[in-house]
Amino acid sequence: MAVKKQFSTFVVDRLLFGVEVEKVQEVIRYQEMTRVPLAPPVVKGLINLRGQIVTAVDLRCRLGLPERADDDLPMNVVIRHEDGAVSLLVDEIGDVLEVEDEAFELPPGTLSRGVRELIRGVYKLKGALLIALDTDKMLNLVTTGTRGA
Amino acid sequence: MGDMDDIVKDFLVESNENLDQLDRDLVKLEKDPTAREVLASIFRTIHTIKGTSGFLGFSRLGSVTHVGENLLSSLRDGRLLLNAEITSALLAMVDAVRGMLVNIENTGREGEGDYNSLIELLTLLQKSEKKKENNQTATAGTPASISPSAPPIGAPANPSCAPPTNAVEIMPPPPDPIEARMEPDPPPVAELHLGELLVQAGTTSPEQVHEALNLQHDGDIRRLGEILIEKGAAKPAAVQDALQGQAEARASALSESNIRVDVGLLDKLMNLVGELVLARNQILQFSSTQQDSTFLNTTQRLNLITTELQEGVMKTRMQPIGNIWSKFPRVVRDLATGCGKQIRLEMDGKETELDKTLIEAIKDPLTHLVRNAVDHGVESPEKRVAAGKPAEGRLFLRAFHEGGQVNIEISDDGAGIDVERVKQKALAKSLITIDQASRMNDRELMNLIFLPGLSTADKVTNVSGRGVGMDVVKTNIEKIGGTVDVQSRPGHGTTLKVKIPLTLAIIPALVVTSGGDRYAIPQVSLLELVRLEGEQARKGIEMIHGAPVHRLRGKLLPLAYLNQQLCVENTRNGTDRNSRSGNHLSTSQSELGQLDFASARSKHQLWVAKLHAVVEGKATMTPSQAGSHKDCDLGKWLYSTGLAEFHDTPEIHQLETLHQAFHEAVGSGLSFINAGDKARSEMEMARVEALSGQIVSLLTDIELQKAAGAAANIVVLQADDRQFGLVVDEINDTEEIVVKPLGKQLKGISTFAGATIMGDGQVALILDVLGLAQRANVVSEVRDRSVNENSSPAETHNEDGESLLLLRGPDNGRMAMPLSLVARLEEFSRSSVETAEGRDVVQYRDQILPLIHLSSALPDRRVQTRSSNLMSSEKEVESDKIQVVVYTDQGRSVGLVVDRILDIAQEKVKPQRRTGRQGTLGSMVVQGRVTELLDVKGIIQSADPSFFTEQAAA
Repeated sequence: MAVKKQFSTFVVDRLLFGVEVEKVQEVIRYQEMTRVPLAPPVVKGLINLRGQIVTAVDLRCRLGLPERADDDLPMNVVIRHEDGAVSLLVDEIGDVLEVEDEAFELPPGTLSRGVRELIRGVYKLKGALLIALDTDKMLNLVTTGTRGA
Repeated sequence: MGDMDDIVKDFLVESNENLDQLDRDLVKLEKDPTAREVLASIFRTIHTIKGTSGFLGFSRLGSVTHVGENLLSSLRDGRLLLNAEITSALLAMVDAVRGMLVNIENTGREGEGDYNSLIELLTLLQKSEKKKENNQTATAGTPASISPSAPPIGAPANPSCAPPTNAVEIMPPPPDPIEARMEPDPPPVAELHLGELLVQAGTTSPEQVHEALNLQHDGDIRRLGEILIEKGAAKPAAVQDALQGQAEARASALSESNIRVDVGLLDKLMNLVGELVLARNQILQFSSTQQDSTFLNTTQRLNLITTELQEGVMKTRMQPIGNIWSKFPRVVRDLATGCGKQIRLEMDGKETELDKTLIEAIKDPLTHLVRNAVDHGVESPEKRVAAGKPAEGRLFLRAFHEGGQVNIEISDDGAGIDVERVKQKALAKSLITIDQASRMNDRELMNLIFLPGLSTADKVTNVSGRGVGMDVVKTNIEKIGGTVDVQSRPGHGTTLKVKIPLTLAIIPALVVTSGGDRYAIPQVSLLELVRLEGEQARKGIEMIHGAPVHRLRGKLLPLAYLNQQLCVENTRNGTDRNSRSGNHLSTSQSELGQLDFASARSKHQLWVAKLHAVVEGKATMTPSQAGSHKDCDLGKWLYSTGLAEFHDTPEIHQLETLHQAFHEAVGSGLSFINAGDKARSEMEMARVEALSGQIVSLLTDIELQKAAGAAANIVVLQADDRQFGLVVDEINDTEEIVVKPLGKQLKGISTFAGATIMGDGQVALILDVLGLAQRANVVSEVRDRSVNENSSPAETHNEDGESLLLLRGPDNGRMAMPLSLVARLEEFSRSSVETAEGRDVVQYRDQILPLIHLSSALPDRRVQTRSSNLMSSEKEVESDKIQVVVYTDQGRSVGLVVDRILDIAQEKVKPQRRTGRQGTLGSMVVQGRVTELLDVKGIIQSADPSFFTEQAAA
């Protein structure tokens, strides 16, 4: 009896990440952002999403990955959150993948502590590793500043 | 059982409201035991709850209220007189009912509470009346007795609970122990069915009505009245009358009735209206480019309608603050009795309205503050009498609208806050250091009570004293954008002032641009807009101790630069900003404004000091080091920031040239020194000094100019009773914006209060004026101290003169004093000047500031006809304000009262004529006029010899 879960996936710095599909409100192309001075560097700006103001968090920054090139426009993965929606800026959007619980493994100890806390674990897929993100931790810790990789 | 749940929900909502009213009524009744209407109202409420509880099967609730009702009936009928014991028992009953309602809300059941003792108590109290207990007798005027009574537990839907029925009458089947019978007054006519009305009027008998109903039941579709008439059971006229009475009553009942609306629905409406406002803004923006008159007219109509709709919807959510306050009489009564104190509660302004969400948010904080005042603020009657105060303490609640905010004041006439104790407790708990404590003034010390963990209570009661209250209060109030402040006079009482913004949702705002982005400033904080151009811009912005200020109609307005505050670096290409000014020079000047010239200047001065050390043989420097214009700090700055970004500005070029020449001279001068060639070395060093002076003055010049720029847009704002000016790049329009909260990740940034969507769909941030002001240090108390601490004579003693403050002296002459001696310039109203120890003083920042009048300090001046002695007010004075220059030394301050502050000038201080006149150091020419230089220290010394010797009190 294989328990399956569906993940909405996306690519950041050539790494495949995923978030439970129920958590994702929508996926949308690059939106113009208004920058927020004095905000923590992970917050790249604010987006107008059909009248809702959504904070955009750059995943590259949050995970301590190198910055995107200036002309690469990120895509938005809008996550439902208790306080409102937050958009994660990613490089590319992937498919919705179904994964089995058995393929799950906890993150390796070699990952730096900062990043390890943000990752729930890894799903071993055919030919790829899907890194499952812990959205709550990711969005909660933003208030205390970035944790470098 | 969905319907049942709804009924229960309604029951709970209504009952809770009624219970609140009960609290108020009981307290009122206690003060005036003969108030019949109040008693009747109380009775009705309990009666209602009892009835419905029976219907819903809550037997415990029913029993408790039943006994209570009996007691109330005795009271109502005058068989018992209300006393404190009975009141407390009744209040206990109310609490018990509340408890059960809470249980019902949470679990659906009443809970397992044991109310037997309460029931016994109530029964006992009731039995203490002399007459036999017979509360079943209907008093005169009871209506529609269809059949004799029976304890009405388990009765079906109580008409007095249900809303008025519609025209199709269905009589409840008899024999029906209708609750209505228990009512002392007839229920409103509208609530009675037609049949009941007719029976009551005596024209029909119950049986006939019953028959008619059965007919209806069986399929007769005629109306009850018709059937009765046809059967001859009722006369048409009577039916007509009854119907009319019903209709009238119903009409009046409806017109004064309220409608209960789910708050969620109102929220949704608010949101929709918000969206509508945004859409309207967009259409308005778009319409400004259109010509079609029909379109424009329609747009205008849309605009008007939207505004009205917005106002109307906002009003639906406004509730009077009295809703919260209604609980307080009971709270205060209970607490006071519990503490053994006597307290009178006065409330003023309970009709002041707030948005519902705000009311929810401040309910708890206000309750805590009230409880605090009772528990800690007001003293026990004995203490009060001993202090000469009336035994009964006074707690005064006040609410009013002011300046776009709701102000709530909670004052007591108790013992006040002992600042010393607060300080000790804070030190004991290591919340502040001794150093910090010594530097705080009374107001800051008092605000320590908002720190978590601080309580000066000796005992921890179950009400308060643990020290977790005040900080939570402050946090909660600040969370909704409000402020809380405490003021206290020892022995006299304490006042807590809470201010909250009226509404959060849609506000008018001024849109400005800075650093390429748009920001919205809530109009409620906006005082005025000032635009300085050209020369005005250069002279209008002056520096006092490195802080930019602007003189606005005589008052000094501290300035803050929005770009700097937001740390918005000049990352964009400078040429597309300020392109409107068209003046290339002005562009460069505002760009130069981003460079820190003050630090560049000090870098240079430090280097020169080092050079002096080298010349005196105290340090060494190789000639190459000295001669290199790239290696010194200023050079490094110049070649990194300075030239790199602004290679086409004349000032930077001039600076570079001077700097190069400077170092050349240094290089050769040092080599002459090393070679022992005294003459040449001296010549070179003189050149060095001259060049250095030029460099410094150039830097200073640019710095002064930078603050001005070609045109400055100053937005004058008000934050927390203080005013300041915000310098922005451009000022756009005023608009109505919908305030949207920022996400959790951004909530902590104090400079932003939220965000909004502009007419073109772009997001713009809304500035939090108070947060911005605090960040820019334009409202901080502590700032002034540090300003004084940092003032070292070296800073203002540069080669080309000092900054001087020019004033008008008592004989209309011009006087000057070094700006470095000025801590602050203040303005006081004449009425605030008091006398102490034979001198004029004024209360200033919780210190007593002694005042020295220049006229008395300079006695051999011709005194003006207008007496400058403030105490003689026979002559009409020009203005009721006095200008005071505050001088501070080692924590002690003194104020010099001057006639007028004229200007700030930069001059070399070289008194030309040394006079022996007391109080001056001589006279010189400043700005082309003869000016006397004040001997400030001398003046202070002669007025108060101990000033410089006494150490400031900690």
